[in-house]
Amino acid sequence: MNRLSIINLLVLVVRRDLLLAMRRRADVLTILVFFILIVSLFPLGVGPEMDMLRKMAPGVLWVAALLASMLSLGRLFSADYLDGTLEQMMLAPQSLSVLVLGKMISHWVVSGLPLVLMAPVLGLQFDMSPEALLVLMLGLLLGTPVLSMLGAIGAALTLGLRGGGVLLSLLVLPLCIPVLIFGSGAVEAVSSGLSVTSNLSLIAALLMLCLVFTPWVTAQALRISME
Amino acid sequence: MSVAEFFNMGGYAFYVWGSYGVTLLVFVVEILMVNHKRKIALQEVRMMREAGEEL
Amino acid sequence: MAINWFKYSAPSTFYGLAGKLVPFFAIPAAVLFAIGMYIGFFVAPVDAVQGEAYRIIFIHVPASILSMFLYLIMAGYAALGLIFNTRLSSMMATALAPTGALFAFISLWTGALWGKPMWGAWWVWDARLTSELILLFLYFGFIALHASIDDPRRADRAAALLAIVGSVNVPIIYFSVKWWNTLHQGSTIKFTGTSMHIAMQQAMFVTLLACWMYAVAVALVRVRSIILDRERTTQWVSELKEIA
Repeated sequence: MNRLSIINLLVLVVRRDLLLAMRRRADVLTILVFFILIVSLFPLGVGPEMDMLRKMAPGVLWVAALLASMLSLGRLFSADYLDGTLEQMMLAPQSLSVLVLGKMISHWVVSGLPLVLMAPVLGLQFDMSPEALLVLMLGLLLGTPVLSMLGAIGAALTLGLRGGGVLLSLLVLPLCIPVLIFGSGAVEAVSSGLSVTSNLSLIAALLMLCLVFTPWVTAQALRISME
Repeated sequence: MSVAEFFNMGGYAFYVWGSYGVTLLVFVVEILMVNHKRKIALQEVRMMREAGEEL
Repeated sequence: MAINWFKYSAPSTFYGLAGKLVPFFAIPAAVLFAIGMYIGFFVAPVDAVQGEAYRIIFIHVPASILSMFLYLIMAGYAALGLIFNTRLSSMMATALAPTGALFAFISLWTGALWGKPMWGAWWVWDARLTSELILLFLYFGFIALHASIDDPRRADRAAALLAIVGSVNVPIIYFSVKWWNTLHQGSTIKFTGTSMHIAMQQAMFVTLLACWMYAVAVALVRVRSIILDRERTTQWVSELKEIA
């Protein structure tokens, strides 16, 4: 038996998880509908004045993306945990961190990427300018993977606990605050004619940090939870 | 400075005494809770031992 | 003579030591509080800008400092417990968490009561107040995670990992909140903006010491209960004289 290279292993895990996700397309759709619903509730709540909505748009879209990505985190490991796959993965000779990274990537493709693609359409509801929409998308593109990765730590820690969903949000949301600040900050910056590079590069820095550390931390968390 | 003046705190009585009052309350409640926790812990050890002796 | 530092890392020996240590922290705490309050209210002069309301800082600043340091110390103990598998350090982490959360609460409460006369609003999204609020959420997360796992060893380890991730995040969060605050033109009045009278510094320092002593005393009493809970079935617990 030849040993799998890391890339092959990643592709294998991602492909498997995506295949499983495609079998439950309703889940993906639920997240997207939730995102649209939350964003659409805000104008109903605060009134339809366009000036105010334009000002609120980046914050509203980012908070809604944050909440929507929390929604699917509970399922990140639980299916594999229940049917015993996770235990097999931990016994496998391949590095658990790489397997975890694969699961994070597929989680982002399923629950983060749709939000990135949907956000500009929702931004139009708030009369955002094309440049603002572009920066919003860029920010979300860099930021939603961070949410998936930080969320994975929380999902691993709360694996198999009762009331895991609420607890998961309590653990993960405070950690996501920097992403929220830089993400909506970038859109605000472009709306007021300032440079967006600092905000976006800070999110990119967070993304790099998370890429390096969170797979390993999540693997440790899974080991603790599976003992 | 008279006593009444002292408690008036230059018109900021509510804010100053509100701060210190709640802080004191928090400390007192925490001390009570910690002592209560100890009492419960001791009681449970005692119950455990009695249950063990009956066996 | 070689001192055996690890002697007291066993819960059974530490239980007795902690019991003996409690009064050495509790009594100075009470005395120092009294001294700090005396200096704060009778020696320190009225602030020229803020009037008498500035006296709130004598408790607000120590509470804020304590809430932040206790989180780091808690994370440190938790990390020790995770790495060296020492049960006692994990128990210390668990014992410190509620006290740290309470100090964070005191810091927020007194901050709000100071803010109302100074800023004209109970709550201002000032960088420090906001970070303190997030810190309180981090404490809640630690306590909630620990409480929802039944197996104490798993609870210790999971909460430890969370505390480590949290303490790595604290500087990032603080920086990002500051960044956000400067973009949105935050407050102009600062707690320690005006030059402080020497008596003001003394009052704050003495109260800070008192808060440290208090926190240690409460944590020691709490860790003793945790030890009793966890070691309920052991021989040494049933031989304790306070049980009979």
